[in-house]
Amino acid sequence: MTAATARVHRRVADPAAQPWAGAKRPYDLVKEFVIALVVVSLLTVILAALFSSPDDKQLTLAEWAKAAPNDFVATAATELDGTSGSATYGAPYTHDKSAAQKIGPLAPQNWPGVTIPIDSVQDFVVRPLEGAAVSPDLQAALKQWTAANADQQQKWASAYDTALANAPDTDPAKIATGDYGPVPVMMTQLLALAQSGGLDGALLAQGRFYQTDYTKPLLFLADGTYLEDLARAQHLGGDQWGMMNETGNYPGQAWLWLYTFWYQVKPFSTSGNGDALVWSLMALLTLVFVLVPFVPGVRSIPKLIPIHRLIWRNYYRDVEGGAATAAPEISSS
Amino acid sequence: MTAVPASPEDAALDREESGGWTGWVRRRALRSFPPDQLLPDKQPIYVASWIYVFGVATIAAFIVVLATGGILALRGPAWWHESSLGHYVNSTHLWSVELFMAFMVIHLWGKFFMAAWRGKRALTWITGAVSFLASIGTAFTGYLTQQNLASQWVSTQAKDGLNSVGIGSYFNVLDFGQMLMWHIVLLPLGVGLLVVAHVLLVRRHGVVPPFPPKDAHDVNSTATEGSVPA
Repeated sequence: MTAATARVHRRVADPAAQPWAGAKRPYDLVKEFVIALVVVSLLTVILAALFSSPDDKQLTLAEWAKAAPNDFVATAATELDGTSGSATYGAPYTHDKSAAQKIGPLAPQNWPGVTIPIDSVQDFVVRPLEGAAVSPDLQAALKQWTAANADQQQKWASAYDTALANAPDTDPAKIATGDYGPVPVMMTQLLALAQSGGLDGALLAQGRFYQTDYTKPLLFLADGTYLEDLARAQHLGGDQWGMMNETGNYPGQAWLWLYTFWYQVKPFSTSGNGDALVWSLMALLTLVFVLVPFVPGVRSIPKLIPIHRLIWRNYYRDVEGGAATAAPEISSS
Repeated sequence: MTAVPASPEDAALDREESGGWTGWVRRRALRSFPPDQLLPDKQPIYVASWIYVFGVATIAAFIVVLATGGILALRGPAWWHESSLGHYVNSTHLWSVELFMAFMVIHLWGKFFMAAWRGKRALTWITGAVSFLASIGTAFTGYLTQQNLASQWVSTQAKDGLNSVGIGSYFNVLDFGQMLMWHIVLLPLGVGLLVVAHVLLVRRHGVVPPFPPKDAHDVNSTATEGSVPA
């Protein structure tokens, strides 16, 4: 038998591919659709009226700086000495290739390179301060900072960050004395700028009047712990099945249950490469899902678990009881 | 002077073969989707289960999702935070999405247990599966563009997953403008086109028949294989 003959034979042998030649019943598709549309519309307006929708107010940098000033300054200090999450992130924000998550020997995070460059010192601290440098103290501090070389800047910033971490309640007012150069003044002024609301605009404005890209303010916000504290209180943490949860008591994205599941179990929950491992695993599972018709074993599950006998119970009852046409007949048409 | 056809058959042939590209498209469309196959008023006797309702319910919910999203779009993305009417419309958008996804998942599981890819229907399954994935992406970008605490948290968390596999460089979940365009233009358009293709494939190949009954000769031993329609 040639390959072509085999293909033809298989096509003929597959009754599911043949036009149905058995009995038919009236089925009004348009009526069914109209009824479905009316019922779904009614259900929607009723559910919306009964349960509304969540809308927890957005967190501004000003609110963060007022509610948790110590956390704000601690975050700003890590931006200045280059130890924050954003400063050490790797691609697509910074050039540290070793920071990328890996899947075995592969690091797809590095493949596109640095496409959204972030300079945490300039973007989050120095440039916003330069835009608001009206006080003589701040002007002098910025002048001292820019006049120093990179090594000196790093020494001041690191010394301040370390001292702040060791201060009681990480309170900038209780920091031990030391050689921090202009950093204390810069931190105090950045806090004041943030509390006034000026930093929200300064991080968003990227030299253009119109702006819709919130990458920088969101990265800065996420480098602190205050946003995470608010999210965890709403059970949105990664280890709280947060990917599928919603603020308040709402169904959320229940369809993300499998993505969320992997983040709860080892090795994904403890690996430094957890995101890359989960996303690559899900990519593989997604491929299997799309290609179910061609995956041996998976495509046979419906035959092994006879839920189809429940779905087509009337048909099987009639056919096996001899009351109706049997399996689809092979039509010559 | 126009030549006179020699016979009625020749005249019919001329009519059938004329019309340039437009005529070719019309003939092709009518051949692939004859009106009584595109919009039949009868179905095989086995199409008698509540599970069949969830396909059309999914399409109905999709239309409600588009309509409620369209109303939200009229006044812009911040409207629903400032207006009680806007908040209610947002609630209808949320609940229609919940219904849409619930109906689609039930439809999907139903089709899985029917092995609905049998009989050259693999592409029908694939378009449905990709529609589901595109719908997840659409819902996800909706969460990113709510402009509230959930958006801030979801976007800052999701960036890590996307960046870890190199997607974040092109699909920046922290860029509100980019995500809004994906949510209200690109992804709904993609879902819409996939749903249309899916429905046309269902109409072309018909509703998958049941597995052979117990006492029937099982000629269907290869029936779970998915062959792509010609």
